[in-house]
Amino acid sequence: MNTHIVSAFDEELAELRKLIAQMGGLAEDQFAKSIDALSQSDKRLAEKVIASDDKIDRLEKDLEERAIKLIAKRQPMAADLRAIIVAIRISSDLERIGDLAKNIAKRTLAVDEPLPRSVNAGMSRMAELAMEQLSDVLDAYARLDVDKAQDVWLKDSRIDALYNSVFRELLTYMMEDARTIGMCTHLLFGAKNIERIGDHTTNIAENIHYLVTGGPPQGERPKEDSTSVTTVETPAR
Amino acid sequence: MDATVAEKPVRFETVMTPAEPVIMQQRQPKIVTEAVTVHYGDKQAIFPLDIKIPDRAVSAFIGPSGCGKSTFLRCINRMNDTIPSCRVGGKITIDGEDIYDPALDVVQLRARVGMVFQKPNPFPKSIFDNVSYGPRIHGLAHNKTDLEEIVEKSLKRAGLFEEVKDRLQSPGTGLSGGQQQRLCIARAIAVNPDVILMDEPCSALDPIATARIEELIDELRENYCIVIVTHSMQQAARVSQLTAFFHLGTLVEVGDTEAMFTNPQERRTQDYIMGRFG
Repeated sequence: MNTHIVSAFDEELAELRKLIAQMGGLAEDQFAKSIDALSQSDKRLAEKVIASDDKIDRLEKDLEERAIKLIAKRQPMAADLRAIIVAIRISSDLERIGDLAKNIAKRTLAVDEPLPRSVNAGMSRMAELAMEQLSDVLDAYARLDVDKAQDVWLKDSRIDALYNSVFRELLTYMMEDARTIGMCTHLLFGAKNIERIGDHTTNIAENIHYLVTGGPPQGERPKEDSTSVTTVETPAR
Repeated sequence: MDATVAEKPVRFETVMTPAEPVIMQQRQPKIVTEAVTVHYGDKQAIFPLDIKIPDRAVSAFIGPSGCGKSTFLRCINRMNDTIPSCRVGGKITIDGEDIYDPALDVVQLRARVGMVFQKPNPFPKSIFDNVSYGPRIHGLAHNKTDLEEIVEKSLKRAGLFEEVKDRLQSPGTGLSGGQQQRLCIARAIAVNPDVILMDEPCSALDPIATARIEELIDELRENYCIVIVTHSMQQAARVSQLTAFFHLGTLVEVGDTEAMFTNPQERRTQDYIMGRFG
């Protein structure tokens, strides 16, 4: 695309992209650390994650202020307007991802026993997929790659499917041994957080589509999360 | 998991803007042109141009200086006839009637197609005479009461009456810029036109006077076919329903205003409205 006649406009737009890249990098880092902390019961690392969250929050505020000033000053049109709106939306998704990572870290502090091995494996796998998705979507944003964004959008259902199995497994533990309810509940929320991170990632993919093409993606995204309709049969006493 | 994904009919595609603007499906076409060309001497200013302009809506012509938008606007009421070296080819119809038909009375045409210019140009006469002049020469009023009624109605429609009702006999040139422009709009609508052409009507006005005129344009569109040439992209986005982008004498893109300013299809339109080098 051609450069703007007013070159400061280009610099201001580039600044927004840079801020998104920074936020994305931080969100990835926080998320990875929160998962390490949880799976290894590393409370010091968890504390660190909790303390670092406000970095992302500050960047989001900064980006928002710059975006508002840009709109007021330049009255952007077409692709420029979309770039600014999309930057605001993506930054808010990244900020939420940061919050969710922080929440996973908090739950690490609340869980005192080591995690059941298969749950740990399931959640680690979920997190691995979610991290891959997040990294891909940030890459798609940096390159304005709609195909890659589409790929991310479609692949979220893999995380949902894993979430279903972790969910069921945790229910089983709780039914077998009531003493695990405290830990399992925290883990359930932890798994839910990872699943939510996947959803924010698909939001970002949708925004990349809008940014590049000017339209929303059409059709239904495949969804596999069935936990909201899962029921438990209480064992007969 | 990937297998399940592949089985589902999933689409991730772009919604394309429809070939015909939505506004054209909701309104009757008022002005229709076929292969209109304009030459100034040897120089061609407009290349074969086809457009349909909707009735009871505002259409905005945008484009860089010298792109032919004003030249084309002036074809619609045959203002270009006054320029000796100017030749207009092709066909322009209003309500199906060819306006370049030799049998057509140009004076009558210009009563049907009013025009408002960039700089307010009231006659050096009273406010009342400015508005009553047209209806009088076109024989639209039978007596003084008729004329007073037309003047009052036109000034009211132009949103000026309340400000000038106590000084209708004062000179029109004594009004502020924005008031003068509204006086010119009142003068244009006094002869009961169908079409109002506006050539950058706000470029000499301050933001408040501009907002008043834009508000007025929005009210007038219920009864008139309005075509406005503007250099302000924001103004085109605010007041019009249809936007046409001109570049180097050609019509590059026509579409619903909303789509044109968020997602234009043509590269040249994008570059222009975003202020990028073309």
